[in-house]
Amino acid sequence: MVIDSIGMKSLGDRFAAEEVKGRSLWADARRRFFRNKAAVAGLITLITITLLALFGDALTTWTNEELDFNVMGQIAQLGGPSLENGHYFGTDDLGRDLFSRTLQGTRISLMVGILGAAVAVIVGTLYGAVSGYIGGRTDQIMMRIVDILLAIPFMFVIILLLVMFGRSIVMLFIGIGLLSWLNMARIVRGQTLSLKHREYVEAAQATGVSTFTIILRHIVPNLLGIVAVYATLLVPEMILTESFISFLGLGVQEPLTSLGALISEGAKTIYYGTLWQLCFPLLFFVLTLFAFFFVGDGLRDALDPKDR
Amino acid sequence: MTEPLLRVEDLRVTFELKRAGDMPWTQPRLLHAVSGVNFELFPGETLGIVGESGCGKSTLARALIQMVPGTGKAIWQGKTDLLELSRREMLKYRADIQMVFQDPLASLNPRMTVGQIIAEPLKTHKPDLSGEEVKTRVKKMMDRVGLLPNQINRYPHEFSGGQCQRIGIARALIVEPKLLICDEPVSALDVSIQAQVINLLAELQRDLGLAMIFIAHDLSVVKHISDRVMVLYLGREMEMATSRDLYSDPQHPYTQALLSAVPIPDPVAERAKVMIPLDGDLPSPLAPPSGCVFRTRCPRAEARCAEKVPEFTHGAHGVACHFPGPLIGAKKAVERA
Ligand SMILES: Nc1ncnc2c1ncn2[C@@H]1O[C@H](COP(=O)(O)OP(=O)(O)OP(=O)(O)O)[C@@H](O)[C@H]1O
Ligand code: SF4
Ligand SMILES: [Mg+2]
Repeated sequence: MVIDSIGMKSLGDRFAAEEVKGRSLWADARRRFFRNKAAVAGLITLITITLLALFGDALTTWTNEELDFNVMGQIAQLGGPSLENGHYFGTDDLGRDLFSRTLQGTRISLMVGILGAAVAVIVGTLYGAVSGYIGGRTDQIMMRIVDILLAIPFMFVIILLLVMFGRSIVMLFIGIGLLSWLNMARIVRGQTLSLKHREYVEAAQATGVSTFTIILRHIVPNLLGIVAVYATLLVPEMILTESFISFLGLGVQEPLTSLGALISEGAKTIYYGTLWQLCFPLLFFVLTLFAFFFVGDGLRDALDPKDR
Repeated sequence: MTEPLLRVEDLRVTFELKRAGDMPWTQPRLLHAVSGVNFELFPGETLGIVGESGCGKSTLARALIQMVPGTGKAIWQGKTDLLELSRREMLKYRADIQMVFQDPLASLNPRMTVGQIIAEPLKTHKPDLSGEEVKTRVKKMMDRVGLLPNQINRYPHEFSGGQCQRIGIARALIVEPKLLICDEPVSALDVSIQAQVINLLAELQRDLGLAMIFIAHDLSVVKHISDRVMVLYLGREMEMATSRDLYSDPQHPYTQALLSAVPIPDPVAERAKVMIPLDGDLPSPLAPPSGCVFRTRCPRAEARCAEKVPEFTHGAHGVACHFPGPLIGAKKAVERA
């Protein structure tokens, strides 16, 4: 035991001894995460998809806007996936290269998802933590505001906005950003309520640490686990929302595209025998969603070992 | 006579309990967690506070540092009333009064290293210190409480309960307080570790000249470390005396009952001991008994106990009972009345 060995060593020895590195809860969680095969597979898939979305354009000579006049008019016969003419995923109905279109769609979809999640993490976490920690009337007012916003049928409002102000990606981002943080704020507030009566928070209050510092130093770091899990699960939710809107034909505007818009187009032309136009975007879509879910699941298990 | 470090007069803490679904205008139920406690604490002295769970020990301590609102007076060094200070004014005194908590692990933030935890009060009260200086002081303090200074970067979950409590003690002492409040610092520890921590506290107190309020729910723990002991029941003072007087000559039936529950190491004495069972449950603090609050469980209770609240007799050996007296003389005291 530590105490017994103290007498034997001199003071100087004890001070000179090399500092032992600690094993933080994060390090523990990381180890558990990397032991989870499904989560690691999900992570690898995600990284691959992201890299493809960012740099995949280098693999093809076609841009996403060029029309291939060789296949135009005969898409069903000539526009299929082929290595010879460089359309790895075939072309879309107009003769544009589906590979680069899919990459671009993935890029937009990921952006929407990650932006939504980022707003949720920053706004939702701070809002929820402040509301929960301060409590009392402030808490009641702040949470009623969230309740009211949650009661608004958001899909309807977003669609209305898009119809009124025209379809633009900025509108879409605003709509999704407004929506995403609400549930996060509620979750974080609930967690904060249980954290604020922990003895270490009380200890900080007793010493006179300021409220803001307590929130940032003691509350938020202990919330990050649940926030990380919820955020990874929120990304696919946002992607789904965007895809749904795009599927209705209200999402991003041409020549931009998203996975939802591509799937919608692919579904429309499926009777002409151009199955690939549906399959490739759908494959990316499904892979992305599943990867996020597996990573989120892995994170939850890793961060909360008691829950298993 | 020296000036008391802290003089508490008629300290009261009342919680307003609102039930879910209450209308804004319904009267909240009042819970008197602490009602009318008086004591003085001198520099370098240890006051033990003993009582069953829920009798208001923690609330009493928390009221002193404005963690819960209290009324009455808590005069610090003969000048300042701690209960009247604003949040900002109180800040200065928070360094002088530090606290050690009951649950060693729960009182340490799991995401912070031991070094960061111990340094927190120092950084709050002496923000001008350089990082180097803070680290040196933290390491010195770790050494002082029996932790290896090279463990400074470790996290709380890598330590045992006893070691965690040493971290808590180091955190409290790093700002050189004048008063240390220990709220059941050993209740959550193994019996074998309890003695080590108590000895450490006693030693630190002697060396640093600290005044200490030591809270516990059983009398055996406070016995050795306290100069004086106060017995609380339902937020009221029952008896207060020097440690020796209280243990050798308890006057209040509640103290006698608590003492009879403390095992004596000598088996002969243990068997000869008169056991006074505390029967019945602790009454709800929301509806305390009339008159003497202890009467529902008191073996000496008489009609008068239900009618009149016994005065607390101030003095060297204070007691709040209509029929105080030593255990054997209990009967006589009753007959005399
Ligand atoms: N913030 C609060 N609001 C309402 N009631 C409270 C609050 N804090 C404490 N109480 C009540 O005050 C009474 C005294 O509680 P306190 O925590 O001081 O007891 P204690 O003697 O420290 O007990 P323990 O030995 O369990 O720590 C209890 O009945 C408790 O329910
Ligand atoms: S006042 Fe009466 S009930 Fe209370 S302790 Fe004394 S004898 Fe018992
Ligand atoms: Mg307590």
